[in-house]
Amino acid sequence: MSDKENKDYELKVRRNPQSLLEEYPRKGTNIQSTHYCAGCGHGILHKLIAECMDELGIQERCVMISPVGCSVYAYFYFNCGNFQTAHGRAPAVATGISRAEDNAIVMSYQGDGDLASIGLNETLQAANRGEKIAVFFVNNTVYGMTGGQMAPTTLIGEKTVTCQTGRDPDYAGHPTHMCELINTLKAPVFIERVSLANPLKIRLAKFAIKQALTVQKEGKGYSFVEVLSPCPTNLKQDVASAQKFIEEQMEKEFPVKNFRNNMYTKEPVQRPASDFSTESLDKIFNVNRGEGSGYVDEDIEPVSIKVSGFGGQGVLSAGLTIAQAACAEGKHVSWYPSYGPEQRGGKSNCSVVISNETIGTPVVDDIDILIALNKPSLEQFSQDVKEGGVILYDSKIGEFETDRNVKVIAMPCVDIAEEHGNARTANTALLGALTELGDVLKRESYENAIREMFASKPKVIDVNIEVLEAGAEWIKNNY
Amino acid sequence: MSNQMVKGNTAVVIGAMYAGCDCFFGYPITPASEILHEASKYFPMVGRNFVQAESEEASINMVYGASGTGHRVMTSSSGPGISLMQEGFTFLAGAELPAVIVDIMRAGPGLGNIGPEQGDYNQVVKGGGHGNYKNMVLAPNSVQEMCDLTMKAFELADKWRNPVVVLADGTLGQMAEPLVFPEKAVEPKNDKPWAVKGTEETMDNLITSIYNDFNELEDFNFKLQEKYAQIEAEEVIYEEYQLEDADIVLVSFGISSRIARSAVDKSRQKGVKAGLLRPITLSPFPVDKVKELADKGVSFISVEMSNGQLLADVQFAALRKEDTHLVNRMGGNLIELKHVLAKIYEIAGIEDEDIDLSERSEEKASPNIID
Repeated sequence: MSDKENKDYELKVRRNPQSLLEEYPRKGTNIQSTHYCAGCGHGILHKLIAECMDELGIQERCVMISPVGCSVYAYFYFNCGNFQTAHGRAPAVATGISRAEDNAIVMSYQGDGDLASIGLNETLQAANRGEKIAVFFVNNTVYGMTGGQMAPTTLIGEKTVTCQTGRDPDYAGHPTHMCELINTLKAPVFIERVSLANPLKIRLAKFAIKQALTVQKEGKGYSFVEVLSPCPTNLKQDVASAQKFIEEQMEKEFPVKNFRNNMYTKEPVQRPASDFSTESLDKIFNVNRGEGSGYVDEDIEPVSIKVSGFGGQGVLSAGLTIAQAACAEGKHVSWYPSYGPEQRGGKSNCSVVISNETIGTPVVDDIDILIALNKPSLEQFSQDVKEGGVILYDSKIGEFETDRNVKVIAMPCVDIAEEHGNARTANTALLGALTELGDVLKRESYENAIREMFASKPKVIDVNIEVLEAGAEWIKNNY
Repeated sequence: MSNQMVKGNTAVVIGAMYAGCDCFFGYPITPASEILHEASKYFPMVGRNFVQAESEEASINMVYGASGTGHRVMTSSSGPGISLMQEGFTFLAGAELPAVIVDIMRAGPGLGNIGPEQGDYNQVVKGGGHGNYKNMVLAPNSVQEMCDLTMKAFELADKWRNPVVVLADGTLGQMAEPLVFPEKAVEPKNDKPWAVKGTEETMDNLITSIYNDFNELEDFNFKLQEKYAQIEAEEVIYEEYQLEDADIVLVSFGISSRIARSAVDKSRQKGVKAGLLRPITLSPFPVDKVKELADKGVSFISVEMSNGQLLADVQFAALRKEDTHLVNRMGGNLIELKHVLAKIYEIAGIEDEDIDLSERSEEKASPNIID
């Protein structure tokens, strides 16, 4: 071996992977070494992930999410795009990143408190959706940053500052097995538990990490790697006893193995590109730019209409048809639905205000035209009809009289509807009467409104238009 | 006319899509669910992203993630869901991420009911999460504004790198009015220099709200306050209605302001010089305008569907408590015109026998059913 080759060799061993920064000067710190304790597993795992990023050639595509916990500053070290997030929310944040940037390789790096306690819901839901994210779960059986409290993964009998006599399952439950839990879900592509207990296991861990990231490189879906990791500080262990603890206790509770590997059979998930064009939006919302828009300036008296009856009588849709007709004529109009305390079968009414100028309250208290489809609403709202106003009601309700100066019309709207073979169109017969009662809106506008209202049920359009006409005829002949 | 009769909740989605919103994340809650329904229908039609999240906490954090990539993103909810999102609001503000959140208010506290209320005012306008931050808040009062102000919210969010809330209520969400569609759709460039997109150019970027150094965090806090001061100087929007010669000024936003407007018209017919000041931005609040009116010696009436939360801001801006009045309803009840008129006439010293306040309306607004 020549001297030159020998030098290259030395450089290669000493250099960090490109995907780890050489120095860590970010955000107000000036540290050149890591913030992790001696003997901590995070440093090893950081380096393994970074090596895999290098080897797979994906560094530029990577986005690392730092959680809350000891790895809150993972962004000090990873030489790629970085996010820091709220406690436990990393999988939701990862979902947002991945959905918005389909090409990004999103990594969520979380500890046991973050992932398995406060963020358990987000963890399972993101896994279940099969989000395109790689989750690295550092399990060291204890809360690190906050000072050694019991974690969801703390072993039975293990002492922490919040279970000082050892975890008692009768009071604090049992250790949570995340790989096993996630393995009950259908979507995840890759699930494996690894250990950092000794150099051989570390090599095997790297292999799993590389596979998890290959799944991401190929855009195939969710991968999860649980890493059994030492925390000598909080567990008050030296190097030898930390290793022993992982191998003899943790690995017994949390078997180190691959739970699932579908990376060779799973097809990539591809998401479409977003379309932002005006044309496409106009198409999905049926906007016809040729017709012009805005309001027609005309001199009309504002009209307040109340349609009322039982829920299910077509009260709200009758009101909406009137509003639709007014809208098509370029008038100001508001439609406001309201209902009684009952959710179904109770009273139901809507207010429609038509005006040539900006409408104030959309609630009609002084009624110009009352359309009543049942007795209680006729009795309730007839008092609110203005002097000179109109009450139009279903004659089946029975006699109704008032000594006020109000025009009262009892209309056999159900009979008219039945004559045309569809009793459900009774409310349309009343609308037909409305076309003759005032000159507020054109008949044609009502017809168009009916076509629009029933666009999804074209079969009933014709009968409704017939009934509308019949209603108008009835008024002409009788009033 | 190509105006379309549209419900307020649908108008929000239309506004968002014409504003170039790329991702919608949301969780069901009455009376905001229709926004979620419409988004699930329309976003995928043009290849945009929709995720039904597992909770409001997840929704707002998905917003955090997607916003950090520089895309225009949003979520919507109602009171109880907004309470859950407060963690996300402060993280968005702390990381200076733009985001649009639509709050279709319902009645509280607790689960309350699904009727309309404006009781979220404080938690949204004052910023309900921890830390020295503020949301920007826009308050539409018509279906048209549900669309237009949602569009505006995206513009402001990007401009100021700040969460912007569109604060409406169940009534505005449920009622339908003609919508004049936006003239053209925004095609976002996503050239935000701070975004993290998983690309070589954005590798050095970091989205975070951490400042370890106390002085640095203090500086950041001061910087935020400067930003808010600038927003206050540049972005206040309000509507004046018959204010010119008004002795009695109603201050009201959202659906209440529609009723207040009618009250102005009615009382003017009786010769009372009433007017309406409608804040369209609740944060920043039109402090100067209120002060100007206060200096003219007007009587203020806060017309709101909450317990005086708006009144407190009016008093604070007016620098006085005397001659400021409250007309309010709560619990899901819409304010009635007669209540506003009664207060106006009381202040003006007019008798009106027609107004009968004895009866309490049983009518509730904002159904979630359509027959």
